[in-house]
Amino acid sequence: MSSLSVPPPIPFRAPTVGPLRSGWVFVRRSARHSLRNVETLLMGLMLPVVLMLLFTFVFGGAFDIGPAGPVGSVGSVGPVGSGAGHRELYATYVTPGIVLLCAGFGAAGTAVEVAQDLSTGWVDRLRTLPVRSAGVVTGAVVASLVRNLLATGVVVGVGLLVGFRPTAGVLHWLAAVGLIALFVLAITWLYAAIGLVAGSPQAASAYGFVLLFLPYLSSAFVPTSTMPAVLSWIADHQPVTPVIDTLRALLTGAPARAGSGWVAVLWCVGISVAAALWAGWLFRHRAGRR
Amino acid sequence: MSVPSSTASRPAVEIRGLVKSFGTQPVLAGVDLAVAPGEVVALLGRNGAGKTTLLSILATLLQPDAGTATVCGHDVVTDPVAVRRSLSLTGQFAAVDEVLTGEENLRMLAELAGWSTRDARRVAAAALDRFGLADAGRRRAGTYSGGLRRRLDLALGLVSQPTVLVLDEPTTGLDPASRRDVHEQVEQLAAAGTTVLLTTQYLEEADRLADRVAVLEDGRIVAEGAPAQLKSRVGTEVVELRDAAGRVVAERPSDGTAGDVRRILTDCLGGTGAVGGPDREAAYRVDIRRPSLDDVLFALTGDRSADPAPARAGHPAPVA
Repeated sequence: MSSLSVPPPIPFRAPTVGPLRSGWVFVRRSARHSLRNVETLLMGLMLPVVLMLLFTFVFGGAFDIGPAGPVGSVGSVGPVGSGAGHRELYATYVTPGIVLLCAGFGAAGTAVEVAQDLSTGWVDRLRTLPVRSAGVVTGAVVASLVRNLLATGVVVGVGLLVGFRPTAGVLHWLAAVGLIALFVLAITWLYAAIGLVAGSPQAASAYGFVLLFLPYLSSAFVPTSTMPAVLSWIADHQPVTPVIDTLRALLTGAPARAGSGWVAVLWCVGISVAAALWAGWLFRHRAGRR
Repeated sequence: MSVPSSTASRPAVEIRGLVKSFGTQPVLAGVDLAVAPGEVVALLGRNGAGKTTLLSILATLLQPDAGTATVCGHDVVTDPVAVRRSLSLTGQFAAVDEVLTGEENLRMLAELAGWSTRDARRVAAAALDRFGLADAGRRRAGTYSGGLRRRLDLALGLVSQPTVLVLDEPTTGLDPASRRDVHEQVEQLAAAGTTVLLTTQYLEEADRLADRVAVLEDGRIVAEGAPAQLKSRVGTEVVELRDAAGRVVAERPSDGTAGDVRRILTDCLGGTGAVGGPDREAAYRVDIRRPSLDDVLFALTGDRSADPAPARAGHPAPVA
């Protein structure tokens, strides 16, 4: 260590950093984390491919969604004409569900990231700075949003290769991407809160696992009418089903229950707001109590 | 809150009657402490004495139950943002971002301290150079050794150019060379006029670095003064007498001179001494060692730690 080095002249610096500037610093940090976590990154790119192939080629043949099935109008619109095989029909049916399934996996990393920042003392370091330190959680959420929209692109790409035949125009695509973004925000804020409440990255990972099962108990892979009455009722009334039905309606013109679009948006916005408020409360009360 | 007219006489840190409990467990039971600008004060205490809690309150991480604390005149409860602008805490857990490189860690903290992206690069480069991290700066912090990590931790704490630097056990868990590194850094900072409040479990460290030492025990300051004053109560050496089984049978503070050691031995082994029995001079072994924190606390409070292991470290019992 040299004690002779002369420090350079101190340039001007702002007395306090605003929440936007510090938030941007945190977003860049989380993005770097996402890029350097090679296992998670590979998993995030491989998972859509594997799931898509698994559901269309392995499971799809056994799932009976009917000749026209709950995606009844699919047969009459777009390239999926009367000549469309079962695989195309099922790929078209299942792609929105795989999008949400992958978003769930992709967002789950946020819980671990936030729990890690809390347990290593990194959050404590930030809380001793004159900046809005809760921005570190917001940064993780924004990075998750970007990550998952990219993963969604991969899902849709693979889906198109194996038989997904969307009929949506530009506006419908924009609406679908908007809804996916809302869903990712909702589930990521939920994961962020779970990460703050968990106490350790391991616990965060374990608690977060529960949320990953929600898409299975929805209209993602089979119509809810094929389930036993109790499960069917749960599936119809949990947030994932209206989101998937709406995505399907937007992308493939499948019929959806009246108003399911509003129900989907309300669920996503409601969960986002509630989970963000919960996360904010947890951040103030849990940080500093190791 | 009264605002003193002269900032020169205002303490950099002023703590009055600070009380903090976790549930029913009292941790701080009325702490008073003042640190003058430019002063280096060591807070000496065992694990669980309340050192980290006290620093956490100063750094606005915890709220006190009662009492007040100010940093550069700003109250930690009513004006935490102003406190955070003047103070930097470097914890014993060495919180660095392991995924980022050392340089990226520094640049991030520099940007959070208010520098532009370009200036942050210069500030980071200067810090890397100053802390001998120029080579390690391009590696991820997760690959650093304990000593490198602590250096980066310290560098991160200084990026914001704090008026008051608070170090929580800066050398705990470091090897002797890294410990010397940290000592040199703290000495340079002190020479440059930074106010430093540090905690330690090592008497020698407090003696080497601090202008003043405060001893924290059971949530109270039980002694305060210059290191020399403290030493005059404890002695510069401790003469330790062990029996054949290696058990310590007597411990006496000493100034370490041959005459004083002879006096202590005569006192202990003589006819009316604490240790008796035939053949005693051959049966007992003598160790002369530096006083530990435990010896200080014993001299001050008359209590020995429930777990005497740390005080005996480096003195394995002879094989029976």
